[in-house]
Amino acid sequence: MRHVDWTAMAVFLLFFALVTVMGFLASRWRRAADAAHLHEWGLGGRSFGTWVTWFLLGGDLYTAYTFVAVPAAVYAVGAAGFFAVPYTVIAYPLVFLFLPRLWSVSRVHGYVTPADFVRGRYGSRVLSVAVALTGILATMPYIALQLVGIQAVLDTLGVGGSGNWFLQDLPLFVAFGVLAAYTYSAGLRAPALIAFVKDALVYVVIVVAVVYVPLRLGGYGSVFAAAARKFAAPGPNGGPGGSLLLGAPGQWTYATLAFGSALALFMYPHTVTGVLASGSRNTVRRNMAILPAYSLVLGLLALLGFLAIAAGVGAGVPGFNSQLAVPQLFAQMFPSWFTGVAFAAIGIGALVPAAIMSIAAANLFTRNVYREFLKPDATPAEETRVAKLASLLVKVGALAFVLRMDKQAAINFQLLGGLWILQTAVALVAGLFTRWFHRWALLAGWAAGMVYGTWTAWGISSPATRHFGGNSAEVPGLGESGYIGLTAFVLNLLVAVVLTLVLRALRAPEGADETSRADYSAEAGDEAVERAPQPAAAH
Amino acid sequence: MPPSSPHAPAAGAPPAVSTARVLAGLCLLVPVLVMLWVPSYNRLAPGLGGMPFFYWYQLLWVPVSALFTGTAYLLVRRDEALRRAAAPAGPGPQDGGRA
Repeated sequence: MRHVDWTAMAVFLLFFALVTVMGFLASRWRRAADAAHLHEWGLGGRSFGTWVTWFLLGGDLYTAYTFVAVPAAVYAVGAAGFFAVPYTVIAYPLVFLFLPRLWSVSRVHGYVTPADFVRGRYGSRVLSVAVALTGILATMPYIALQLVGIQAVLDTLGVGGSGNWFLQDLPLFVAFGVLAAYTYSAGLRAPALIAFVKDALVYVVIVVAVVYVPLRLGGYGSVFAAAARKFAAPGPNGGPGGSLLLGAPGQWTYATLAFGSALALFMYPHTVTGVLASGSRNTVRRNMAILPAYSLVLGLLALLGFLAIAAGVGAGVPGFNSQLAVPQLFAQMFPSWFTGVAFAAIGIGALVPAAIMSIAAANLFTRNVYREFLKPDATPAEETRVAKLASLLVKVGALAFVLRMDKQAAINFQLLGGLWILQTAVALVAGLFTRWFHRWALLAGWAAGMVYGTWTAWGISSPATRHFGGNSAEVPGLGESGYIGLTAFVLNLLVAVVLTLVLRALRAPEGADETSRADYSAEAGDEAVERAPQPAAAH
Repeated sequence: MPPSSPHAPAAGAPPAVSTARVLAGLCLLVPVLVMLWVPSYNRLAPGLGGMPFFYWYQLLWVPVSALFTGTAYLLVRRDEALRRAAAPAGPGPQDGGRA
């Protein structure tokens, strides 16, 4: 028999009910002039200002899974799990260089997805659909992992996990049913509005946790001393249990993981959706300077892994699931009502990104598969209808993924997702600056990166899984262990450069480029932006 | 590196490689290099309030990098405003942005 904490449960349900109401009311917020256009449902009318964008992107990038997985990694291995911090430090200066250009060209030409841009820039349907399908493929397991985040919370609350399969997963069905319904009706406006609640809750919970919990555990000195003691003992599989510092070979992995992940972050369709929904080029830039506020929260969250060790969470439990470290820490250290608040932060933290991800995947399917290949003359209203249905389908798919396959599979696929999405970076980022690369060379580079990355990752086993057991492998020719995604990216780039030289020498047809130089620096209020086609009826 | 020049240089416009752009580029480069130089911070001492150097140093770089990016934003915004003021009205060159 398991104990259900009713106070925590009541607080959790209260917040859940609040955001449900907000989700449905969101369609009235900043009501669209023409709700039938896809950019209204799928990009919130491209009208969000600095703060709405900040909350939306913050809610989008820092997901429930992040909140559970980052401290879980620190809990399990120590320093190596902390790479999330340099990763998010590097990400914003890096993307500051090219996201404003993506915003401008997308605004002028009415692009809704990154694949729209690739289509317009290179005039290649094949390259465009490769980018779109990579995006959908990488996003699906990410949505599934949001469910894993909710499940961890529900498990700790004492609901689910027992009885028949239907009762066990009933809370999950309810949560996702509600999510699907308001995303369907309100589009991107729903997660944008709910993000306010989510982010506020997260900030409160984290600040309280990193101040209050160490006080109860005797300060950070004794917290790190406890962690050092735990890591000194051999791990559950006989190997080293972790470390407070990186070993010599671990440093390359740490740096390449941080760099590769930073580059991949803004290749994900859901982050691009958040960026394109903002109202101006400078809104995007300003957000690159203020989004690190969330990184600070993420860094503090990572420390919760050490707090969980010091609090004795999972100590002496054979096969303890480190994903439960933080939820259990909260349940153990906080009074019931505040545990409810903390769990609401994680639960709602899953709903916001899941909604945005499903919208982004739906936009990709509608624009770059349905309209491109199935019904080229689709009207804007038809596009919106298809996107709404696709968003439902994507969520059902993610739910099936979690219910039918084990969590380990979801985690494996999410690791692969990061690796895959990074392979779209050459076509996308290079395309924002130059038309030098040949479209066929970019396609070949993409394919080379995908195959090399997937094949290498397949060959890595870990105690938890036979294949896809990790994200680093020896870099050929370097002798150091590095992030597979980044190695694949370099291979991708090399293939693209070499083949471009060859194809140019052979004078292979280059394809039409519908963009012009000035498009990449257009700002809201410019003539080019005012003249921009209605996004859903672009080109 | 700052983004390449969006407009053809007009009379009074800053050159494609202006001081503001170079400074902005440096502001963006510094946090990246600092974080990638892992051996420089992979150590325990000096601690801060019981936290090993490895952890508080990286956490410190989160707000510091935000200041750098914020500075880059102000530099680029000013630079872009100068370019807009100097550029003749109407669309820029329609050469497809080929490099």
